[in-house]
Amino acid sequence: MSSITMPGWIEPYLSVVKGEASRAQVAQLLRQIGLPVLGLLTFIFLWHIAAQRIDTSLGKFPGPSDVSQQVSTLYAEHKAGRAKEKAFYQRQEVRIEDRVAADPDYVPVRRDYTGSPTFFDQIITSLITVMCGFLVASVIAIPLGIVIGLSTSVHAATNPLIQLFKPVSPLAWLPLVTMVVSAVYVSDDPMVAKSFVVSMITVSLCSLWPTLINTSVGVTSVSQDLVNVSRVLRLGWAEHVRKIVIPSALPMIFTGLRLSLGIAWMVLIAAEMLAQNPGLGKFVWDEFQNGSSQSLGRIMVAVLTIGLIGFLLDRTMLGLQRWLVWDKQSAQR
Amino acid sequence: MKMILELSKVGISFETPRGSFEALKEVDLKIGEGEFISLIGHSGCGKSTVLNIVAGLLQATSGGAILDGKEVYEPGPERAVVFQNHSLLPWLTAYENVELAVKRVFKGKKSKAEMREWIEHNLSLVHMSHAMDKRPDEISGGMKQRVGIARALAMQPRVLLMDEPFGALDALTRAHLQDSLMDIHRKLGNTVIMITHDVDEAVLLSDRIVMMTNGPSATIGEVLDVPLPRPRDRLALADDPLFNRCRQRVLQFLYEKQRKVQPISLPIDSKKKNKKEERKHG
Ligand SMILES: Nc1ncnc2c1ncn2[C@@H]1O[C@H](COP(=O)(O)OP(=O)(O)OP(=O)(O)O)[C@@H](O)[C@H]1O
Ligand SMILES: [Mg+2]
Repeated sequence: MSSITMPGWIEPYLSVVKGEASRAQVAQLLRQIGLPVLGLLTFIFLWHIAAQRIDTSLGKFPGPSDVSQQVSTLYAEHKAGRAKEKAFYQRQEVRIEDRVAADPDYVPVRRDYTGSPTFFDQIITSLITVMCGFLVASVIAIPLGIVIGLSTSVHAATNPLIQLFKPVSPLAWLPLVTMVVSAVYVSDDPMVAKSFVVSMITVSLCSLWPTLINTSVGVTSVSQDLVNVSRVLRLGWAEHVRKIVIPSALPMIFTGLRLSLGIAWMVLIAAEMLAQNPGLGKFVWDEFQNGSSQSLGRIMVAVLTIGLIGFLLDRTMLGLQRWLVWDKQSAQR
Repeated sequence: MKMILELSKVGISFETPRGSFEALKEVDLKIGEGEFISLIGHSGCGKSTVLNIVAGLLQATSGGAILDGKEVYEPGPERAVVFQNHSLLPWLTAYENVELAVKRVFKGKKSKAEMREWIEHNLSLVHMSHAMDKRPDEISGGMKQRVGIARALAMQPRVLLMDEPFGALDALTRAHLQDSLMDIHRKLGNTVIMITHDVDEAVLLSDRIVMMTNGPSATIGEVLDVPLPRPRDRLALADDPLFNRCRQRVLQFLYEKQRKVQPISLPIDSKKKNKKEERKHG
């Protein structure tokens, strides 16, 4: 038994199970699990109390129980939607088989299912959009940040622009992006939907900046000693960047990436709401327009989902950072 | 003895916000192949500046350094530098740090297996074979400095430049590393220029001690030959009259002839250095 090495954090749990926990271990467990649970319970309780006291034109503000009920409703709707879709394709296949049997020359035409997307479909759409937008932003921001960090002249030339565009809200970009995409992105058989492109570009434009700025700061602060090592070894430009600059700046780059992903997710929801582009934002907007007695509960589910997904995205980046970055201290929080 | 390196009338001025600051003036020095030279002088006098000019990291304003008959105008691995604070890449292991240098210097000249052997050989020279796969934050300060020395040695430099290589270490570790360095120098016969603040270290290790006057416009004050036979043993030397005479000469130079008088206005960062030094010397 003792030959198996356990990860450190399991140890206090094991001791509690074995009934040999020390006082310090119990206290540690209370802090690790007890306090967050306590905080959560307090929040749910206060929410419950407050919800009953808020009256809106659509009825009472949704409390915890309404929300959990809406979760199951949404799930049921999702299942129903999927069943309908399956039935649609089955019917289509049967129809095609019949026609081919009757007329062997018939070239089958298959249509896509066009039912309205469920809550879970919207989550997937939003996730894909945010990842694409974030990816585009990173692919632009990291190399650009490295160039800016390496050259004081490029920095001087670009700094005013960065400062100018950094604080621009996504809502201001949206109309411009929409018009430009409509004008430029014209094809009879588009690979991806226009709305997707609009959301993605808006997300990229807004989430670019933290990565760009952090990367350039990280590159600027490469230790002079390491630069000297590189000079003594006569590393070429590319090798200098690859072997000295990027590893040195990686902790800062990741800090920037995490900030960017957070912003990307926030911006996306706003863009989807405003532009009626498919995704969680549109779900919220549709429910708001819908205005049934259940709408507020469903919006609340979306709010919590948005928060949860944002949290999970951040944790994923943190995991990636811990895995990739040599400086484990930089990835503590 | 064959001359390998010559400093001829080296002078350098730094442009500062308060005008030009002449750090070095007319530094002249000839160094023979295989010689071990120490540079000693008060803090801020310009020792690092001399070394950096030889390394090519700084450009002399007048005069210059000539290595094997060619003027030095950029850094290069034939003048390997051991930096004061090790300067290892923190994301690479000891082995990989040395490998980076070896790959640069011996690309196309050594096979993969030969490189591997050469890296391991150099790490074993500094007694670091057991911790080859550790990263800098997993080893002690003395071990880091050893890896830094191994990296420099692995470049097979014509001249090995060391800027206070043991300055940040405790006395015991320092003594260990000094012995290692003497050993390596005897085996390989490298030409070495080492900056130090430690008079005993200078006398123990060097063939000649170059003593620098205080800045601004610092230059070489005296050069002392240390004719002690090698191999040298620190315990036996403690009572050696010749050793003590050499020591005395350096101390006299530093504390009588070049007594540090506090000038009224100094560039900010050398003021800081002076404070550090006052603490050091009580
Ligand atoms: N880049 C620079 N710009 C301006 N002044 C400089 C610069 N580098 C060095 N100096 C000045 O040149 C003088 C010599 O500096 P240097 O670092 O060579 O001293 P040092 O002898 O190595 O000191 P220490 O023993 O403390 O390392 C100092 O007065 C310092 O302030
Ligand atoms: Mg110095």
